[in-house]
Amino acid sequence: MSGTRAPSDGRIDRNRPLSFTFDGRAMTGFAGDTLASALMANGVDVIGRGIYTGRPRGIVAAGVEEPNAIVQVERADGVSEPSLRATTVELEEGLRVQSLAGRGRLESPGDAVDAGRFDARYAHCDVLVVGGGPAGLAAALAAGRSGARTILVDADTELGGTLLGTRDELDREPALDWVRAAAGELAALPETTILLRATAIAYHDHQDILVAERRPDARTEGRLWHIRAGQVVLATGAHERLIVFADNDRPGIMLASAALTYLHRYGVVPGQRAVIYTTNDSTRTAAAELTEAGIEIVDVVDSRDGRAVSGSEGGDRLEAVVVDGERRGCDLLLVSGGWNPVVHLFSQSRGSLRWDDGLATYLPERAVQATHVAGSANGVFDLDGCLREGAAVGARAAAEAGFGDGRPPVMPAADGGTAIGRVAPIWFVPAPEGETAEARMFVDLERDATVADIRRATGAGLASIEHIKRYTTIGTAGDQGKTSGVVASAVAAALLGQEPGALGVPTFRAPYVPISFAFIAGRDRGALSDPIRTTSIQPWHVAHGAVFEDVGQWKRPRFFPRAGESMDAAVLRECAAARTSVGVMDASTLGKIDLQGPDAGDFLDRVYTNGFAKLKVGSCRYGVMCRVDGMVFDDGVTSRLADDRFHMTTTTGNAAPVLDHLEEWLQTEWPELRVRATSVTEQWATVAVVGPRSRDVLAVLAPELDVSADGFPFMTWRESVVAGLPARVFRISFSGELAYEINVSTWHGLAMWEEVMAAGERFGITPYGTEAMHVLRAEKGYPIIGQETDGTVTPQDLGMEWVVSKTKPFIGSRSHRRAENRRPDRKQLVALLPLNPDALIPEGNQLVAAGTDLGSRPVPMIGHVTSSYRSAFLGRTFALALVRGGRERHGEAIVAPLADGTTIEAWITDPVVVDPDNARRDG
Amino acid sequence: MLLITCPHCGPRDEVEFRYGGQAGVASPADPEALDDATWARYVFFRDNPKGPFAERWVHAAGCRRWFDAVRDTVTNQFLDPEPRR
Amino acid sequence: MAATPSPHLPDHPAHLWRNPDPKPAYDVVIVGGGGHGLATAYYLAKNHGITNVAVLERGWLAGGNMARNTAIIRSNYLWDESAAIYEHSLKLWEELPAELDYDILFSQRGVMNLAHSLGDVRAGQRRVSANRLNGLDGEWLEPDDIARICPIVNLSSDVRYPVLGATFQPRGGIAKHDHVAWAYARAADALGVDLIQGCEVTGIDVADGRAVGVQTSRGPISAGRVAIVAAGHASLVAAMAGVALPLQSHPLQALVSELLEPIHPTVVMSNAVHVYVSQAHKGELVMGAGIDSYNSYAQRGSFHVIEHQLAAALELFPIFARAHVLRTWAGIVDVAPDASPIIGPTPVDELFVNCGWGTGGFKATPASGWVMAATLATGEPQELARPYALERFTTGALIDEHGAAGVAH
Repeated sequence: MSGTRAPSDGRIDRNRPLSFTFDGRAMTGFAGDTLASALMANGVDVIGRGIYTGRPRGIVAAGVEEPNAIVQVERADGVSEPSLRATTVELEEGLRVQSLAGRGRLESPGDAVDAGRFDARYAHCDVLVVGGGPAGLAAALAAGRSGARTILVDADTELGGTLLGTRDELDREPALDWVRAAAGELAALPETTILLRATAIAYHDHQDILVAERRPDARTEGRLWHIRAGQVVLATGAHERLIVFADNDRPGIMLASAALTYLHRYGVVPGQRAVIYTTNDSTRTAAAELTEAGIEIVDVVDSRDGRAVSGSEGGDRLEAVVVDGERRGCDLLLVSGGWNPVVHLFSQSRGSLRWDDGLATYLPERAVQATHVAGSANGVFDLDGCLREGAAVGARAAAEAGFGDGRPPVMPAADGGTAIGRVAPIWFVPAPEGETAEARMFVDLERDATVADIRRATGAGLASIEHIKRYTTIGTAGDQGKTSGVVASAVAAALLGQEPGALGVPTFRAPYVPISFAFIAGRDRGALSDPIRTTSIQPWHVAHGAVFEDVGQWKRPRFFPRAGESMDAAVLRECAAARTSVGVMDASTLGKIDLQGPDAGDFLDRVYTNGFAKLKVGSCRYGVMCRVDGMVFDDGVTSRLADDRFHMTTTTGNAAPVLDHLEEWLQTEWPELRVRATSVTEQWATVAVVGPRSRDVLAVLAPELDVSADGFPFMTWRESVVAGLPARVFRISFSGELAYEINVSTWHGLAMWEEVMAAGERFGITPYGTEAMHVLRAEKGYPIIGQETDGTVTPQDLGMEWVVSKTKPFIGSRSHRRAENRRPDRKQLVALLPLNPDALIPEGNQLVAAGTDLGSRPVPMIGHVTSSYRSAFLGRTFALALVRGGRERHGEAIVAPLADGTTIEAWITDPVVVDPDNARRDG
Repeated sequence: MLLITCPHCGPRDEVEFRYGGQAGVASPADPEALDDATWARYVFFRDNPKGPFAERWVHAAGCRRWFDAVRDTVTNQFLDPEPRR
Repeated sequence: MAATPSPHLPDHPAHLWRNPDPKPAYDVVIVGGGGHGLATAYYLAKNHGITNVAVLERGWLAGGNMARNTAIIRSNYLWDESAAIYEHSLKLWEELPAELDYDILFSQRGVMNLAHSLGDVRAGQRRVSANRLNGLDGEWLEPDDIARICPIVNLSSDVRYPVLGATFQPRGGIAKHDHVAWAYARAADALGVDLIQGCEVTGIDVADGRAVGVQTSRGPISAGRVAIVAAGHASLVAAMAGVALPLQSHPLQALVSELLEPIHPTVVMSNAVHVYVSQAHKGELVMGAGIDSYNSYAQRGSFHVIEHQLAAALELFPIFARAHVLRTWAGIVDVAPDASPIIGPTPVDELFVNCGWGTGGFKATPASGWVMAATLATGEPQELARPYALERFTTGALIDEHGAAGVAH
């Protein structure tokens, strides 16, 4: 016989039927059911199959420790979630449930991306109580009444814990009446929060506890709480153990406490004829309770009497068990192999465990963090004891957090409760037919692993429980060994001739229960996965069809195609405009750092390879920074605003690292320097006006500014009013052309851009993006940090000895004198001119010496292409490259072997291929 | 996530900080006077103890101040109650 | 029942190794019974006939990083020195199941490394170009190629960092870490190497500048040569002989999902968003992230790293949304300043190191053992190991796999 619904009883709402399907069969349950209780009530015996054996498997437990009833659940909204324990799924209308054979399925709801929404919450409290059973409730009452900020979390849909599945009484009233009163009191405490459906999944260092709260009726599916708790009370309960014997996996064999929970809480009669097989006192009222529900008790087999169940018979449902050699017909076997305190979180918190012989299990030993354990998690199994310990621990935790006097409140009296007494464990029951039956003695049902597997592992020479776990896979499945871990350890110990507690248990790893990727990812998906940074001019770029590229977190216009125009054509057009007339670029993303203080010049001397202390107010200078290892770290133009003030620019991607670098040296090495560094990247918008007509544009916009070559020379800056807006104008150039970088407050960035566009219209002013910028600078041999450099390139490698001081020390200067840095065959920056002026060498392509045999491998490589473009100015392609001893190779040929087997031959030249005499920069 | 006490701002989540490695490694006063091996030691070699470690943090997303702290690299517990500024 | 049962893992052998007590003296003592130490012992015995060897393991064999890594194998490194040693390793991997007569679940399903920016594209193409000229099977994939090889990658332009392309090494793949370690251990044991577990080295005996033995929790052991192959703990062991190593030990976290029906056919790594993922033989998704920033021997990391990793994973693989994290853990990775290993002699005679593999040690296991064995057999750095000398930090001849090569995984 299979399970049936009892005519009454249980905490389900029989007025709210819910329909669902299981493997296509329509079924009905009630609100308050779990999927497991509903399946059982519908007479379903087989819910899954052994992952390797294919043997039928039924419901074993009533909670998170369930190893068998693992299903794929598709909700009414189409979201399909794999590998859910039916014992932890609240029944809801329209679930489509499918059995699994060990592996779940990932499915997209149609073509749509699963947008499951989960939130993260952060909370601080004085006392966190994990578990809302009797011990946890008592602890929460004690802590809450003290005034401590208390959070009580419980994984279930209502408070009460095991009391929900028993008929215990307190002060001669139903225990659940007390639970209701306690819950009411806690809810009314102003500093106390109760989270239901909230599973504490991890206990990290520094009292950082993660709690996954399911929210079936909310706009988000769940919230991942990061709770920083002053004190933690773990009242996490205990899991009953199975007993290992031959064919112990048959549907109908279940944990004794689970059977009573199905009966009392869900009103499900799990079978008709039962044998109870126990090792302890926790089952002592079971027979009476089952009898009352109309279940015939065939036998009660107690290991303490020397009796044992050694086998089972049946097909998809238990038909009989073998008791002391005799066949006893039954459809239900309730087992209690002892209890495992739920020490997962305690262990994750780095608390140590000890073996307890009387309870035959591991108990918390010594806490390392501010951790307290109460109730059955601490090996206290009688209701009275749980309440008293909970109250004491709760009061103590509150007192240690600074609340109350530590004296526990009075708790109601329980009448004995469910003490378990001494446990007489039986780790596996020898089969009459000998070791061959061990392949049917299942230790880990979810992994289909048996005593035979453990025997094989120990026989292979393995003596560590971690090795045995890995050899057998026991404890590695979704239940993470909740029912099997202690048993496996004890079985292995027995086979090795050791005491049951000798081997320990494998490390308990977070999370305590499986949690979906989406739950953890939370809102950090899509556009929120990383902040998007845009400049104040972004609306114009978008309106004018810019194609963007990601540069760090920034979106930068890469080019501005006209209708039907290719990228190549657009970039050639943009470059030509800058070289022949005027172009304009949004350079606002450049890092900008305001340096103030009397020692700012001295400081810059130390961080740049070249000197800045003597830079005149009103002047600008290009500088290179190295890391202490001598490699190029960043570059940019820094201008002197006043004797004690500089405006530094950095590359877009390095703005934050450069500021960090400056702060580190200022604060930790040279605290005596009176300098303050402040990021002003977001404060300034920068409009770069570039090209021979840029002076004309600026003259229109700033009539009072002397823009003549002599009045406003190269590498100087002016404070001025431009288009009616206060501005700093820098006459610097990243293209070799006459150019002005107009800096205005970010608020005015878009306005300034539009003014420049309007003023430049008559000259055909052309907006250009990063691609044209790259071409223009490459034509001048200017490197891009991170493109020409990769952390292995020195300023000397870039041909920039001129920017490296020989007379002053700077960060990294000593490294330049190491043997490796003086090698003549270091890779040095050169330009390449392909023999075929149409041939574009792919960026990144490796280079080999002319005449190199390409027929065998490896081919000796002498460099690689860092940048490669079509030059509108030259009417040909060119590239920048790092080539071994490149400076001595000008005029030589070099070969780029391409992926398709062809080659491009090129001449090596000086890196400056346009205007080597700098004739263009004055316009 | 670690809880790190910034001496200026108080205890804050680890994500606000950047790690700076071993504390107390002074930049050599006269690098040019050092041989390559001694210079390499400064550039590349840092203590890597199992246990208490005097290390640097910067409150990057807060006050941007660097400070030293002693943390046990096995337990992650910070050992000095008031990190040094 | 809907689905077919999952594949069995191959059975492990009925005998793996002896558990001998340590002898008073060995020709070579290897400190560290992880993958690299076991491989070193095996190749010492097999390639060089040196069998009077002990591998001393503080805990249980291969219980450190070997047991904790995500088991990705590839050789498509940028620099010649790296490509040479990792490709040697990959060639050894290809022979390993037969040579060790152990199904290590070596699966050459390809390793893909996604590019999310033009810089990534440039660096990837640079690496592929170098790989091809070095004789490796490097390929550059355009988004269409990615879709063909791994259809579940989100190639939409709507994601925060769209996928612009990828490098791909078809011969890359995964193996089952325990099987690999146990295969080496069994083979080394069979050749006479003593694998001694629960044996912590507490001191290195140095006389006249020469290592002559070790002190252990199971008594002193004399040694002709001592090799430190202790990964995250390498700097601690070396310090016992007064040798400083430029290593920092950091947590590196990983996680695994429940068993899932096959959905992810290859290995995908994304440096830019810090995630790498494969689906192992049984069906679990195995994922790793970037290292935690701070030094630690705790074998624990901070959870925000996992949160970031899963958010990144869902950007790349929306279909993973409802997969579950079953288990998280961390190893201790020893990272050198240039993210490359340190192999070879030390200032103390007869004391050798093999460390600094950082996050990338698993794939190197065979070659690491191979070159270390040759180095120990001759006392001279093996050819492939020569560039990885400790001396490079003084000369500046680093092998910087941080920069253009990107990944160190």
